[in-house]
Amino acid sequence: MGEHIIDLINISKSFDDTPVLSNFNLYIRKNEFITLLGPSGCGKTTTLRIIGGFDKPDTGQVLYKNQDIQTIPPNKRNFNTVFQKYSLFPHMNIYENIAFGLKIKKMPKDYIQEKVKWALKLINLSGYEKRKPDSLSGGQQQRVAIARAIVCEPEIILFDEPLGALDLKLRQEMQHELKKLKDSLGITFIYVTHDQEEALTMSDTIVVMSKGEIQQIGTPVDIYNEPKNRFVARFIGESNIVGGVMLEDFSVSFAGRKFECVDKGFGKNEEIDVVIRPEDIKLVPSGEGMLSGTVKSVFFKGVHYEMRVECGDIIWQVQSTMPEQPGENVGINIFPNDIHIMKKSEDLQFL
Amino acid sequence: MKKLGKAVVLFPFVLWMVLLILVPLALIAYYAFTKSDGNILQFSFENFKSFIRPDLLLVLARSLKLSLIATAICLFAGYPVAMILAGNTFKKKALLLVLFIAPMWMNFLLRTYAWLTLLEGTGVINTILDALGLGTHTFLGNENAVVFGMVYNLLPYMIFPIYSSICKISPNILEAAEDLGSNAYTRFTRIILPLSIPGVLSGITMVFVPGVTTFVISQFLGSGNVILIGDIIEQQFTRASNWGFGAAISIVVMIVVFICMWIINRFTDEPEVTML
Repeated sequence: MGEHIIDLINISKSFDDTPVLSNFNLYIRKNEFITLLGPSGCGKTTTLRIIGGFDKPDTGQVLYKNQDIQTIPPNKRNFNTVFQKYSLFPHMNIYENIAFGLKIKKMPKDYIQEKVKWALKLINLSGYEKRKPDSLSGGQQQRVAIARAIVCEPEIILFDEPLGALDLKLRQEMQHELKKLKDSLGITFIYVTHDQEEALTMSDTIVVMSKGEIQQIGTPVDIYNEPKNRFVARFIGESNIVGGVMLEDFSVSFAGRKFECVDKGFGKNEEIDVVIRPEDIKLVPSGEGMLSGTVKSVFFKGVHYEMRVECGDIIWQVQSTMPEQPGENVGINIFPNDIHIMKKSEDLQFL
Repeated sequence: MKKLGKAVVLFPFVLWMVLLILVPLALIAYYAFTKSDGNILQFSFENFKSFIRPDLLLVLARSLKLSLIATAICLFAGYPVAMILAGNTFKKKALLLVLFIAPMWMNFLLRTYAWLTLLEGTGVINTILDALGLGTHTFLGNENAVVFGMVYNLLPYMIFPIYSSICKISPNILEAAEDLGSNAYTRFTRIILPLSIPGVLSGITMVFVPGVTTFVISQFLGSGNVILIGDIIEQQFTRASNWGFGAAISIVVMIVVFICMWIINRFTDEPEVTML
């Protein structure tokens, strides 16, 4: 990947004495689709607003191509934002809304016309020029907001939960459109969301945040398969998290049994947390598995069944396309590749 | 059943409208369009015909002129105040709001009387000026004094509609404008100003209409030298006891004001303002 386009160095920010970001460090590469992911109040929107110039950090530096940009107001930064709430200008029609940034920059009239036409086509709203924003649906309005940002040809587009107000179907469609847009435009996208599925679908890089701190940075696959701690494991998808002891490299003990695993580099007999995704637990006939338990409940979820299986004092969440009967005794198999070991964290502060 | 409930809820309002607006209007029309010859009552335009006199038309023109000047002053003085009040950077917002509302808690007559004592020939201000060796001045009894009185009394009615229309502009929209490259000046001209037009128009209405029809301000601060159309109407109903003529002038003023409002409302397509 290319050079850094944004560096956030030791950023701290408080609102009314409540710290929102503390000693925050992050770099963003050119042309990256990076997503800041976390629950509300984790500081992701504040991070975005600091990059956009709408909030000033209390301490620390914001670098754009290695230049400090803190004294540059938002209107002089070559970034554009797509806001969470619809922020189209209600007194202007769709054409005027999209043309706004270009008119401010005093671009020639025919250039503006051509650009707006191109953008409307891109967002599939050709012919909507004369409509007022309040006559459009939420999804259409958000697409106009995206078009309004794109026509300015910014180097970075900042997205502040742009799909939050849309229904599931539309959201999924828009996710694909955004991803496509990003690939065709070659603009850096910085995206804020609390929706883990959205983050996994679109991002090149995900930054998982909690309480103003970065929990993990990585590709969607890394974050999903190798969560660094309980918070990340729980926030990204469903997971079983149980305490265990690392006996030696490639060998771990949990649920009263020794398992083979693929992790190493932990201390001998170190206490650790084990993460196992529900879809990675295999149910087999009673007596044939590594563990044995009783099915407590079965729910149909569409593509799979979600079951709870009690083994001693642990209740495993299991997903399978084959349902078992509640009350039935079953065996459980867990294979080395599906066992993820994390350092023990004081998880009680999370979730 | 639902219809009945609606009727019950609407009844006080309808009663109010009929008793206090429709009935008086009908009475005014009755007096304006009739004339009594001895005991015989006749339909007649005579009251309107007698209004077409140079001196009375001049009074009407003066009323419109002074009210227009006062409205313009209120607009240019009130808009910045409304913007400051609506701005979220201003900490003492509550105090300033109270300062502008407080005079409205006091009786209109009292307030105008107060200015009389302040501004008259031997009033407080002249006494102070005299003591400072600046001599005494004539503040009252001219058009400036009347305009001053209108501005003083009507300024809040300009500020508050503008204030509330600026408050309604979402900060998101201003941030979006800034994000798209606009500075403080273009944010004002392209976003704040056009979005506050409904407030401006209702402010203009609320200042201009009472300004045109006032008679208290001109009597107190104009010392009888500045006659407005309101004074003429009042005289017809009190001293002259010519109700028919007073009613006719009222209708003329009403029509003139309606025309003015119609012209102003040409400038907007906002339904809430056209209602006024």
